[in-house]
Amino acid sequence: MIDVENLSVSFGQGTARTQVVKSVSFSVRKGETLGIVGESGCGKSTVLRSLAGLDRHWEGSIRLGGEPVDPDRRREQLLLAQMVFQDPYGSIHPRHRIQRVLAEPIRAMDKGPGWDRVGPALRQVGLPETFADRFPHQLSGGQRQRVAIARALMLEPEILLLDEPTSALDVSVQAEVLNLLCDLRDERNLTYVLVSHDLSVIAHMCDRVLVMQRGTFVDELTKDDLQRGITHHAYSQMLFEEAVNGLRTVNEVAPVLN
Amino acid sequence: MPVDHPILEIRDLSVRFGRAKIPAVNGVSLTVGAERVGIVGESGSGKSTLGRAVMRLLPPAARIEAAAMDFEGAPLLTRSEKAMRGLRGNRMALIMQDPRYSLNPVLTVGKQVAEAATLHQKISRKQATALAADMLGRVRIADVERTMALYPHQISGGMGQRVMIAMMLLSKPRLVIADEPTSALDVSVRGDVLRLLDELVRENASALLLISHDIRMVASFCERVLVMYQGRVVETLTRLEEAKHPYTRGLIAAMPDPKHPVSRLPVLDRRAINEAGAAP
Repeated sequence: MIDVENLSVSFGQGTARTQVVKSVSFSVRKGETLGIVGESGCGKSTVLRSLAGLDRHWEGSIRLGGEPVDPDRRREQLLLAQMVFQDPYGSIHPRHRIQRVLAEPIRAMDKGPGWDRVGPALRQVGLPETFADRFPHQLSGGQRQRVAIARALMLEPEILLLDEPTSALDVSVQAEVLNLLCDLRDERNLTYVLVSHDLSVIAHMCDRVLVMQRGTFVDELTKDDLQRGITHHAYSQMLFEEAVNGLRTVNEVAPVLN
Repeated sequence: MPVDHPILEIRDLSVRFGRAKIPAVNGVSLTVGAERVGIVGESGSGKSTLGRAVMRLLPPAARIEAAAMDFEGAPLLTRSEKAMRGLRGNRMALIMQDPRYSLNPVLTVGKQVAEAATLHQKISRKQATALAADMLGRVRIADVERTMALYPHQISGGMGQRVMIAMMLLSKPRLVIADEPTSALDVSVRGDVLRLLDELVRENASALLLISHDIRMVASFCERVLVMYQGRVVETLTRLEEAKHPYTRGLIAAMPDPKHPVSRLPVLDRRAINEAGAAP
């Protein structure tokens, strides 16, 4: 479904130019969920933004659904993949009602007014249709993230790109949103690329995990590896320990200052 | 739980906002000695409001009522704002979630730490700068000279929290309230920040109130954990395995665990939780 070869992304000019993503290659099968985990600044979100067509200065090649896409996407190429962002407070227009938020992608793609699709879209993410008249500030964080997911699905893409979809949410709400994402994936045979810094979320959702550090993938783990606690790199080992044990190590080694 | 020489003693604390009928914090009692106490709960459970009520940092619209709220044996609620100001940052300190907002954006790191020194101790500016450099070194900031000249937006989140802790090392507070100190940070630096906090409270025999939504992290770090739901403390735990209240159990079950994968995560059964109420 997704084939990426030698993807490189750099920011800045001249001497200040830094390569953030260093020639990475990966592929995702249809219906598969790929996780990318790593700390802030490792380039995981940049990879996702390049896939979504938000960043336009990448080099290398990206194929979505077998079709090579240009750095500057054409309209029909944009339809292939949609994105859900981390912060539902920031990704939804604060002065648009939910119906307008949801109809926007349809109208932007010249596929009609889109009003009739708002109700079904809300139902499908487990929200009542009456929410269509509300403003984003009248919704809780979890409900808002559901709206963001509904909006990403308006154009019926086969690929959903998820950038930390639950890290702004409570654990209890996170469970609900993750369940929703699992249900939608099974119903529609969607392909997900999920980026997170939380390995336990990734391990729950994904069939395969790529561990990213300083712009390159240092480790690849399967679901089986994660269950048995197998890692192939010191960095992924540390991430795994933290996800499984919490911070048990903190209590053991507490050297007194001085 | 009996505590010798309590640092903070709260009996029956309630906080209401404006004319709201439902209290944000409802009848919370808590005694903290020189120990690490965690407070967990989801958004809106009143955990941060509790922390702020102790610091007396709530907006004027908040009405605080308590049978007793004593800090080092003296009541907090009757104190004047001026007296509170002498306490805050000196005897009691608050670490907030995002250091980008709790540090002054127009002062360099070095100036801010030195300011904390001159505020609470009678020393010259030169001595304060030297002291600040010393403290920044102790929170393991590698390049102290360079860091002191940087502004808060130029340093990372983990480094920002270390600067906050360095400021606290100067005043040696008896009570540290840490409100989600690590949730804005990366996994790899969370451990470091918590370890530094731990050293700080151990060294001064102070009390630490760690407020967080991450029950697993809090349980592994604190000696006692208070679980809050809708403004009440529903359960006090020393180990996660002892959890009896359906809310606590729900919270633990809702966290994905890489070692024990499930196809669907259990979600909270709010009705069962409300029926169980605030069990002791």
